[in-house]
Amino acid sequence: MILWEEVEVSYGGRRVLGPITLDVADGEWLGLIGPNGAGKSTLLKTAVDVVDYSGTVSRREEPLRSGLDVAWMPQRPHLPDAMGVADYVMLGRTPHLGLLTPESRHDVDTVRSALEKLDLDSFGRRPLGTLSGGEAQRAVLARALAQEAPVLLLDEPTASLDVGHAVEVLDVVDELRHREGLTVVVAAHDLTLAGRFADRLVLLSEGILAAEGSPEEVLTEETLRAHYGPGVRVIDDDDGPIVVPMRINHG
Amino acid sequence: MNKAFSATTARPARLRGGAIALGVGALLVVSLVGLLVGAAGIPIRGVFRALANAIPFVDIDHGLSDVELRVLFEIRLPRVVLGALVGAVLSVAGAAYQGVFRNPLADPYLLGVAAGAGLGATLALLLTETDGLVAPFAFAGGVAAVLVTYVLGRSVGGRSTITLILAGVAVAAFATAIQTYLLQSNVETIREVYSWILGRLVTVGWSEVITLLPYLVVAAAILFGSRRLLDVLSLGDEEAEGLGVNVGRVRWVIVVSATLATAAAVSVSGLIAFVGIVVPHTIRLFLGWSYRIIIPMSMLLGASFLMAADVAARTLVAPAELPIGVVTAFLGAPFFLLILRTMRGPT
Repeated sequence: MILWEEVEVSYGGRRVLGPITLDVADGEWLGLIGPNGAGKSTLLKTAVDVVDYSGTVSRREEPLRSGLDVAWMPQRPHLPDAMGVADYVMLGRTPHLGLLTPESRHDVDTVRSALEKLDLDSFGRRPLGTLSGGEAQRAVLARALAQEAPVLLLDEPTASLDVGHAVEVLDVVDELRHREGLTVVVAAHDLTLAGRFADRLVLLSEGILAAEGSPEEVLTEETLRAHYGPGVRVIDDDDGPIVVPMRINHG
Repeated sequence: MNKAFSATTARPARLRGGAIALGVGALLVVSLVGLLVGAAGIPIRGVFRALANAIPFVDIDHGLSDVELRVLFEIRLPRVVLGALVGAVLSVAGAAYQGVFRNPLADPYLLGVAAGAGLGATLALLLTETDGLVAPFAFAGGVAAVLVTYVLGRSVGGRSTITLILAGVAVAAFATAIQTYLLQSNVETIREVYSWILGRLVTVGWSEVITLLPYLVVAAAILFGSRRLLDVLSLGDEEAEGLGVNVGRVRWVIVVSATLATAAAVSVSGLIAFVGIVVPHTIRLFLGWSYRIIIPMSMLLGASFLMAADVAARTLVAPAELPIGVVTAFLGAPFFLLILRTMRGPT
């Protein structure tokens, strides 16, 4: 399991996250929700050690090895236009490669299988700059999968996707989670979608853990309005809560 | 068909045999031209025969006089080799800087190495009035300038490279100001200093080559070993860190090795402009984005480019010589613009 203990992040003397203590069980899907600036991305970044933080983040009581233990899909990934999709996904193998050792058969196979899992087999040579938003998002996810890390940290993986592709991508992740025993942490703004896939939701607000529990427990009008404001309505559905926007001032 | 097709598409970008053959071929042809062309007018047949004769266990009558042999092996050959080494260093260092700073305009002079070396050379010429100490002073000046840049840049900014580049600009301006002041007050040395600044490959023999060689070998080995990491760095610092790369350390190692090699190169050749920009970008335009290709090809083609520029410098206004820095910029700039025009498209 992953354990954040007393984790705090400050930028220029201003605390933006924490102190937070939070654990994620092996094989669990944890949804991170919260308004803009709540600290969702920052929390994920502490686990890959790309922000300075105090406290500890560990996996099975060992310090996390960035890249090997956790694969991180950033919110706004940098996609060099001219780079080919297969080359890009191959960069996910970086944590496994020595400085001078060339890519092995296994590395090439892993890349190919990551491309296949995300329906990108025919895209291997396409430059990243020619992909649509959804294709690019799948390429980034393929790179994360190619890392073969037991934990996936996905920051807004469906932000640029239409509702159909969003469900499709998350379904792929869920299938892999079950097949390969992955632990998944997803930060999301789409609360309904977050609730559909997560075993457990954590609501961050102003850097602090504000609510935690099953989707039904967290996605209530009372809790959401306290943190997102009054423009939120929750409709109960057999498959879980549906969160919809509501106009506050009717012209 | 599917299996075979996807097997090829999952393979990483790599240097192809054709590109290597082209690079090695260009290197051989240009160095041969460099050996054949010169003020001494040695017969071409004789040069070929003397070169063959130099191969162990081959004994051919070359018919060259002792003086001609000395010119060939003690003047032309070291000059050709020096040109190849300097060209390879400047190009590969340029490619590495562009990768590390993710800036297409980055070159080995970015962090103040050129200005520092210029100031060092000026001091050597002013203080000693001979040019024996120019190379060591230029080397020390270049390294000192980059050190100051690094310390200043680190003291201001955290994980960003922008402050480092800006510190380089400030240090370069400062060193250039001191140099200009010194020259203003010692007008008689201006000519010598400018002749050094414009670059030249005139050697006194093999000593410069031997001085430069270890720097080049170490830097080339380090940069060659870093070529895949340079590709990872193109994703940005955060994502590279997320893939387990220690970005700060990688950047430091690459910058130090590229800078030391550049300082060593310019200390013997002067400030040869434009090579570190034009060669890597030409390779990018034709062979793609990957540093697995750009790093080795920069060494091969940079060596050829500078040797060719030196041939032009020796012959265009013979019996006089043009400064090689003038040739690289004067021929290199239009050539580069031409390539940009023909290859224009998404990069």
